[in-house]
Formats: sequence, structure tokens, C-alpha cells
Amino acid sequence: MKEHSKHLVPGLVILVFGVAAPFLFPNYVFQFAILWLMITFALTWDTMGGQMGYNSLGNIVFFGVGMYVSALIQVGLYYDIGDYTAAYGAIKVDYTMEQYFTGLILGLIAAGLFAVVVAVAFGSIVFGLRGPYFAIGTLGVALAAGELIGAWDWVGAGSGISMPVYPGDPDDRALLYYFLLFVLGVATFLFLMCLYSTRFGLAINAIRDDEEKAEAMGIHTKRHKTVAWSISAFFLGISGGVFGNMAGFIEPLEVAFPTVTFGIFMVVMSLLGGKGTLWGPVLGATLFHIVKEVTWTQLLGWQWVVLGLLIIINVVFFQQGIIGWAQDKWPERFGIVVEEDAGGLTDQETAEVLTGKGAG
Amino acid sequence: MELIEVSGVSKSYGGVVANKQVSLKVPRGRITGLIGPNGSGKTTLFNSIVGYHPIDEGSIMFEGKEISHLRVQEIARLGLLRTFQQTRIYSKMDCIKNMLISVPHRTATFRDMFRPYSPELTDKAEHLLEFVGLYAKRRLISGDLSFGQQKLLEFAMALMSEPEVLLLDEPTAGINPTLINGLIDRLKRANEEFGITLFVIEHNMRVIMNLAENIYCIAHGEMLAEGTPKQIQNDQRVIDAYLGAH
Amino acid sequence: MIDNINLLILAPYLNIQLLLDGLFIGAIFVLAAYGLALVWGVMNVKNLAQGDFVIMGGYIAWQVGVWGINPLFGLPVAIVFMFGFGWAIYYLVIRYVIERDLFTSLLATFGLALVISQVLNLLFGPEVQIVDSGFAVRSIPILGGEITVSEIKFLSFLMAAALAAAVVLFMKNSRMGQAIRATAQDARAAKVMGIDTERVYAFTFALNAAICGAAGVLIAMIWNIQPFYGMTHSIRSFVIVTAAGFGNIPGVIMAGLGLGVAEQFSGFVLGAEFQQATVVGLLVLVLIWRQIQSSRHRQAVI
Repeated sequence: MKEHSKHLVPGLVILVFGVAAPFLFPNYVFQFAILWLMITFALTWDTMGGQMGYNSLGNIVFFGVGMYVSALIQVGLYYDIGDYTAAYGAIKVDYTMEQYFTGLILGLIAAGLFAVVVAVAFGSIVFGLRGPYFAIGTLGVALAAGELIGAWDWVGAGSGISMPVYPGDPDDRALLYYFLLFVLGVATFLFLMCLYSTRFGLAINAIRDDEEKAEAMGIHTKRHKTVAWSISAFFLGISGGVFGNMAGFIEPLEVAFPTVTFGIFMVVMSLLGGKGTLWGPVLGATLFHIVKEVTWTQLLGWQWVVLGLLIIINVVFFQQGIIGWAQDKWPERFGIVVEEDAGGLTDQETAEVLTGKGAG
Repeated sequence: MELIEVSGVSKSYGGVVANKQVSLKVPRGRITGLIGPNGSGKTTLFNSIVGYHPIDEGSIMFEGKEISHLRVQEIARLGLLRTFQQTRIYSKMDCIKNMLISVPHRTATFRDMFRPYSPELTDKAEHLLEFVGLYAKRRLISGDLSFGQQKLLEFAMALMSEPEVLLLDEPTAGINPTLINGLIDRLKRANEEFGITLFVIEHNMRVIMNLAENIYCIAHGEMLAEGTPKQIQNDQRVIDAYLGAH
Repeated sequence: MIDNINLLILAPYLNIQLLLDGLFIGAIFVLAAYGLALVWGVMNVKNLAQGDFVIMGGYIAWQVGVWGINPLFGLPVAIVFMFGFGWAIYYLVIRYVIERDLFTSLLATFGLALVISQVLNLLFGPEVQIVDSGFAVRSIPILGGEITVSEIKFLSFLMAAALAAAVVLFMKNSRMGQAIRATAQDARAAKVMGIDTERVYAFTFALNAAICGAAGVLIAMIWNIQPFYGMTHSIRSFVIVTAAGFGNIPGVIMAGLGLGVAEQFSGFVLGAEFQQATVVGLLVLVLIWRQIQSSRHRQAVI
């Protein structure tokens, strides 16, 4: 755990801030909750895109799937789903606290697990694809997913599902969902931090740097890809379940499968902070969220244009991201050893080591 | 028993025949060489063995098992590894990480994926780096190494994953001549001390004559001659093939 | 759904109608896909803004119509305007992504797609638009029913074919076309031989944008346009190029026409709301097919 110790101080500061934030800034609980959601988004995207080099444009599928599974479980435990959705919210649900939380807990667990199932199935189709085909394949599936759900009457089609109403004080509800997203974000971070320090972490980096070499060395590439994708899906699925409840109403295109908003935010945030690093996505998500919240409403309809320009500038001129840039500038602070005079002389040295002349 | 047995393998690209009815044997525990002029189909044969493309006809057996339909990873996990002519390492990582990635994946179970690297593995990685003379550079980003050192690193990575047999594609091509003797010595020692069977494509005659116990010579995609270094050196057909008088 | 299939069996003339409509639309898909194959093959850029170029062309026709001029005259306007636009985009964005990894060009052009569609939305509003070119619609009795073919669809088909032929001839015979093909084969060698590859790339990208613009004018007249329809057109182009391979013009034509027909039939059988899902479904099928093909070669789809 020695190498984790450098994360201790920033980690503790963030934890303390995370616990205190909703009490210090009670008017911004929702914004802070979304911040944690964004951090989860960026972290889970980076597992695939940054650490493994599989740039998915369709991770939002898991978010939406989790949201719908959670909703269906929460409703289905006590009502007939078909009747409930057909009534378009006319059925008023009065859950007791116990019913509500039973549904919520089961729903979130199922959301995570079912997203994993989808990831394994989805992966078996797209993992034979590399590079651009993978990105386009995932983008296509994400676009179609919303449309298919929107045509499925049993789950409310385009009119969506009203989520069960929290049977208590609205302020408590806000805190509940804040802390759920907070815990989820922190858990995702800690889980990934430990994961990246195992053999798994290096193996997916190897797939990113040279998949053909990784295959030639016998790494179980497909197994690693499926597991990485499943881990992303698990946390995203749960986040979808929580967000659905927080939103109170879910529908396929804008809430559950928002490919061009949340789906693209994931990518932009990771790139902005520095993909393939542990803190990059966290930093990127935080910056992006703050800047977006501050400027969004003042851009008067041009915000999407600005977002598009941000993507282009980020990708074309600043792809290494903030952390990546810092690593290039101060490599020694990140424990990277650079030797200035790598060249012919060192060949000589190595030759001497090999023939035993220069030993010692 | 023969470790690798290639019999009657043909491979053509479009109309160009790269290998025609090639047969050879790589005995266990030995160093076998494969030589031939440029474009004679050596690398094509290598790629057929390790699974980079399908073969048109023939059979390739590894430890008595047909492998000509398997894919690269599956063949690698049987313990048949190759190095690349244009060296391939993970150039953004340091040498130690390159080594650690190369733990044997043959025996890796699902749970092994999530194990941390034990101190023993790090020790082993450092030992092997020392073996190839790169210990002093273990923390250096591998892309900053010279080409010869990268070849040595790739060789060490292959050793790390404990293969049965190692297919080396021109191990001395393009490296600094001062490194060649050291490399030959390490290849021999890997064969003797770790018991790894070697199958080496080589262009440099001096190297292969020093290294291999048995040599195959291929020309125009067809097997031309087989024998000990001495026999090959004195074989008129081999000399003709190399001088272009065909 | 079953009812619709029965209808197709009972009324064979409907099949002819769908087939014709599919071919008319498909011919335009071919144009956009050919443009994509061009930039993909020559400069290895996967342009996700392809469909948005098409929609831009459509809005040019629409704007020309608003000015009271027949939108057919939008065709030269769109070609010239989009050529200039493509040239500008090349120097602003694409130039920097050519040498980079594949995802860079994909994501940069995705950002571009977002910008274009949003700007179009701000300028023209989110309504679905159809551009009326004022041509007659004819009914033709066939197989016990009547199919309707508007003259503009037929004209558009001819124009798409003429444009495609012009581009192919240009690539074969002109000096620039030869330079483009040389650069596609080996950019370094082309450079050594004195070809200004930078200019070749800029021209190729601009040519692609012009082709897309022309396709857009036709789409606007025989179908419809909307600021956010671009992405679906992009995916269509990818489906066609992936299915055909980018060096294969007859393949692109067959795949494009096939996609047009397949979409018309599935739209009729499943309902129009599944349009995007149909395209994506075909994309997934093509990708799976490519994987099976590659695995026979012991390879992955790169």
C-alpha cells in the first residue's frame, strides 16, 4: 500500500469536503451531487478509454440500462409494471419508508449487476473491433438503445416512468441522493486505485500500448477487456439507478441515454484532466462541471456550440490533458526517470556489462 | 520428441507463393536456425507458425498438437512465443513494468488477474534484466533505450514469461555490433540454463553459425538444405542461393 | 409488423414502390459514402461530421428556395460553398489530426459534427424541412396498383450518377486526381516526388465536403432535412464503407443502394420510428460479419 500513500492527503481533503459540502452550501446540494456523478462518469470512461485505449462513445448505455432496471425493480416489487406505465404517472404510489428503501437497495444492486450482463453481451460483439470501428460501433448502439426503449410500451416507451416518490422530507431526499452519489464516486475511485495497482492495471495498459504485442505474449486480452468493461458498467449502472431516482422521472432520450450530453461529457472530462491517469478524470470532471455550471446559462443557446469547440480544441491541441501535461513538464515528480544521454555510448556500456568487463 | 513439426506448409499471397511445401523440425532443448536470402519466405513461415495468418495447406504441430488453426494468443499460451523483427516493447513504460507485464500468462487463472505483483516477481524481473545487462536502466522509460537494448529487453520479457520455445526473428538485425557477441552468449545461456528451445531466423551468417546446432536454409519459398553449420556452410546450393546464382 | 409483411405479399406493386424509393435514396447515400471512402483512404481520417456536411448542403438548398430561386440551383452553390468550407476546416482542424491516432480524428470530427448541427439548429430551427423543387409527381400503374414517382427523384438519381461519374473521371484523369491517388498509396513517396501532399489533403477534404454538399441538396429535395439528422447520415456512410471496403467503388455503390432499399423496407415493415435503429442494426451486422471474415484470417478488425 506504500504507493497509495501519496494519494492520502488529497484524498482526505476531498473526503472531508465531500461530507461537509451539503451542510456548508445547502443551496447547491444538487450541483454537488452531479459533481460526484460526473467524477464517476469520467473515472469509469477512463478505465476503458484511458487505461485500456478502447475509446467508447457508448458507455452511456450502461447508465441508461441501470436506470431502467432500477426503476422497474422499484416499481415492480409492488405494482404491475405494464399497468403502472400505461397509466402515465396517474397511479400515485405511497411507499412506506421500508418499501421505498427495500426497492431502492434491490434496484441499485440489480442495476449494477444487469449492466454487467449487458457489458458482457455487448462486449462479445464489439471486442473483435479495434480503434475507429469500436468507437463507431459503441456510438451506434448507444444511439439505438434510446430509440428501442422509446418504442417499448411495457417500460413506458417515450413517455417514460415516474419514479416512486420519496416518503419523507424533501431536504432529506436531497441529502440521501447526494450521499449516494458521493459514496459511489469515492467507491469507484478507491476500487479503481486498487485495481490499477494489480496485474490487471498493467495488463490493460499493455493492451492500450500495443495490443498485438500483448496477444503475442499470451495475455488474455479478451478476458481483460470484458472485465474492464464490466467494471465500468457496474458503477455506471448504479449511477444510472441513483440518478433516475434523483430526477424523479425517467424517459429514454434525454434522461436515460443522453448520448450527446452525458455520453460525451464522459469523454471530454477524461481528456481534459488527462486520460490514463488516476487523478486526471477527477480533476477534469471537477473543472468541467464548475465551468459548465457557471457559464452554461450565460451562453444563451450557444452552449452546445461551445461544447463542440471545446472537444475539438481539447482533442486536437491538448490531448494529453492537464495531468498528462504536468507529467511531461515535471516527469521526475511523477517518478519517471529520464536519461539525457541515451545513445551509442550506452550500447557500449551494455556490451561491457554483457561481456563482464564493465561489471561492478 | 520434436517440439515443433512443420510439414508440407504452403502459403501464398494473391498469386505470389511465399512458402511451398515447407517441412522442418525443431527438436526440444536445442537451438535451430532458419536462414535464407531476403524475401525467401522466412518471416512468412514464422508468422504461419505463431498464428498471424492462415496457411493454405500442410500441418504445424506443437508438442504433438495441431496449431495451424489457432490464433496468436492461444498459441502464445501454449508456450510458443516470438519476438519481432521490428522490436515491440511497451515503449511508454519503464523496463521493470515491461517485465512485470510479461509474467507467464499460460497458467494465469481468472483470479490471478487481480493479484498484486509479489516481491519475488519483481526480483525475478530484476534478475532477468541483469542477465541481459539492463539492470542499471530498469527504471528508464523503455522507449528511450537504444534499438539494441530494446531487443535485449524484448528478449528478457520473453524469458520472463517462461516459454517452452522462443522464436526469434533476426535478433541481431540493426543492433550495434558491440552488442552482438553479448547477445549470442545470452541466447546460448538461455538455452542451456533455462532449457528454452530456440528457433532463430538470422541473416547474419557468422551469428547463426555460432549459435545454431542445426540449420535450415530456405530459398524462393522452398526448403533448400538442412544440416549442421559446417554442412550448410559447404553446401553449394546454399552458397548459390546467397550469391544469387540460381 | 406481420400485417405489413402480409400487405407486401398481397400488393406486389408496393414492393416496386419501396424498391424504387430505396434506390433513389440509396444513390445519394452512395455519394456521401464515396466521399468518406475518399478521405478515409487518402488521409486516414474517419470523418464523423460527414452527415453534417450533407445536412449543411441541404440547408443551402433550402435557403436558396427561401430566396425564391429553384432549389436545383442550390446544387452549384452548395458544391462551391462546401468546397470552400471543407478547405477551411482542413486548415483549422483536420491538418492537425492526420498524423495522430485514429481516435483523435474521430473525436475531433465528432466535435465538429456537434458544432455544425448546433449552429444549423440556431440558424434554421429544429423543424424537419422538405425543399419543394416544383416538379410534378407521376403515377405509374404497375402490377395491379399504382406507384408514384416524382420527377425530382428520378432527376436526383440521374444527377447523383452524373456527379459520381464526374468525380471518378476526375480522379482517373486529372493531374490532381492522380496526385491524390499517389498520395493515398504512399504519402512519403509522393512527397519525395514533389507532390505537395498538404495541398492534396486539403483538396481531398474539400472535395469530400463538396460531394456531401451536393448529396445534401438532393436529400433535401427528395426526402427531408433537420439539423440533427447528420449523425444518422454519418453512420450510414460508415456502414456502407465498412461493408464495401474503401478501395472498392462498385462495392460502395452496391452497399449504398442496398442500404437505401433495406431502410425503405424496414421502415415500411417496422415503422418509421425505427429508422435509426435499423441503420445501427445494419452497422452491427456489418461489423459482426467483418469480424467473422477477419477471424478466418486469424485477424482482428483494425
